[in-house]
Amino acid sequence: MPMTITEKILAAHAGLDRVEPGQIIMADVDVALGNDITTPIAIDEFERSGAGRLHDPERLFLVMDHFVPTKDIQSAMQVKKVRDFARKHDLPHYYEPGTAGIEHVFLPEQGFVGPGDLVIGADSHTVTYGALGAFSSGVGSTDLAGIMITGRIWLKVPETMRFVFHGTPRPWVGGKDLVLRAIGDVGVDGARYRAMEFAGGAVDSLSMDDRFTMANMAIEAGGKCGVFHVDEKTRAYVNGRCKRPWRVFASDPDAHYCAVREYDCAAIEPQVAFPHLPGNTRPVSLAGHVRIDQAVIGSCTNGRIGDLRAAAAVLEGRRVAPYVRLIVIPGSQQVYLQALAEGLLETFVRAGGVVSPPTCGPCPGGFMGIMADGEKTISTTNRNFIGRMGHTGSEIYLANPAVAAASAVAGRIVGPDAL
Amino acid sequence: MSALDGTGGKAFKVGDDVNTDYIISARYLDVYEPEELRAHLFEGLGPERAARAASCTVLVAGRNLGCGSAREQAPNALKGAGYKAVIAASAARIFFRNAINVGLPVICAPDAAEAVNDGETVAVDLAAGTIRTASGATFAFAPFPAPVRRILEAGGMYPLLAELAATAGRDATGTREGASWA
Repeated sequence: MPMTITEKILAAHAGLDRVEPGQIIMADVDVALGNDITTPIAIDEFERSGAGRLHDPERLFLVMDHFVPTKDIQSAMQVKKVRDFARKHDLPHYYEPGTAGIEHVFLPEQGFVGPGDLVIGADSHTVTYGALGAFSSGVGSTDLAGIMITGRIWLKVPETMRFVFHGTPRPWVGGKDLVLRAIGDVGVDGARYRAMEFAGGAVDSLSMDDRFTMANMAIEAGGKCGVFHVDEKTRAYVNGRCKRPWRVFASDPDAHYCAVREYDCAAIEPQVAFPHLPGNTRPVSLAGHVRIDQAVIGSCTNGRIGDLRAAAAVLEGRRVAPYVRLIVIPGSQQVYLQALAEGLLETFVRAGGVVSPPTCGPCPGGFMGIMADGEKTISTTNRNFIGRMGHTGSEIYLANPAVAAASAVAGRIVGPDAL
Repeated sequence: MSALDGTGGKAFKVGDDVNTDYIISARYLDVYEPEELRAHLFEGLGPERAARAASCTVLVAGRNLGCGSAREQAPNALKGAGYKAVIAASAARIFFRNAINVGLPVICAPDAAEAVNDGETVAVDLAAGTIRTASGATFAFAPFPAPVRRILEAGGMYPLLAELAATAGRDATGTREGASWA
């Protein structure tokens, strides 16, 4: 019986030879994670359960990233609660500003996740790790508490949709554009409860940073996970980095897919998702005249070094338009240091931008770039829901880092070629 | 009384793709208690609709309800506001899990979700798998999968966590009895 990569990883973690879509399994979790928003509730549930001790402290990663450096008294109280818990249980993997960054940037860069892993996080963008050929999916706080107690979780085996990208990506087109194109095609619930398997020559040509971006946004089509196959780029990324043994799984050639979507990259321009859904996409050349007040470059979607390099390539020797704010947020301490060493941070500051410490910041509407009524932001983040980044009368346009940078210079939404 | 007993109330009806940001804005994610969260339920839909939402106890939604963020505060805000059940054409998977885990049943029934009018009173019989509207229409829905039923019968995941905690030590033997409760 042929299986997909997702089915094989799930079967291996449930102690089964095979699984099929719709089947409910009890799976062992290799890596569980929580942040400053979701962990406090999980801690309450854990404490109330009477469990006393964690199933495996080595597998629990608590990364404070949403409202940090703490933005007010409430967020400080939340982080303190998690910090106290980490101290009490002597957790080896508790991180806050200065040691980490955004959870989904930090964990893979540090080699805490590898191919074949099963990763469950109390954060919807936990789907990011599929870029490594792992199964990863988001849950809520109570499910995290269950894993803290038992090391396991019940899961329904998803059907798999295959997204094949042919050809070579055009200039200034990256993983963000391919995944926005796919979400625009199938809609924001087009892959609901399904695995999204990305394949094709164009995907093979993408950097790991671009693949993380694509897997990260699988959730915006409703996907349970987004997954890539392991190739030489994956191996080069995890070799010497991954801290545990890892295992390569691959879809059988005759595996069953509930749907296959194919795209010709010759026809894919940089994409812009208009308000108020990530699936509301247009090619940047058809964006029309959209004046912007702010550009945000960062997040678990596009806060990696490759993203900052693309933005800096556009901003080098240029200035942000009058009355436009540019906010650049490196995704982790390591990304920050690398950007510093390469001179990228200087490029951003000389262009008139501000550089923030690693944080989710404005993406979920926390701080560091909240919008007033009537304002518009072009952002490399992942969601453009009403009020997500501030006032309910503000608007968010999603794009890749080069387009966000070019738009900051032009003061309106344009691709880099239009400068 | 478990969540599987008969329940119902006045319907608050929303459309497709209502995400968890609309149910409870991230501005309030530093609040945990359902009773505190209720004050901000559906603020993203504007003050008028938020006020109406506060007077209802059954959420009726279109497709892809609860898409977006994994915040468990979303079903907790609904619970805090007194919501008894959710009827949707379809639900996003994390919202579905979270709602079940906090003991709020989510019923995926496209026919019923379309037929129920805003403000109409609906009766839900989770054991029988039926939804009845004030106008007399009745809709059947498929039974919940075993783990979901088990959690709802317990009134949420919390009582089961204590049970899991009590048996967690035995898992160290390498047996998979953890699977028995699924």
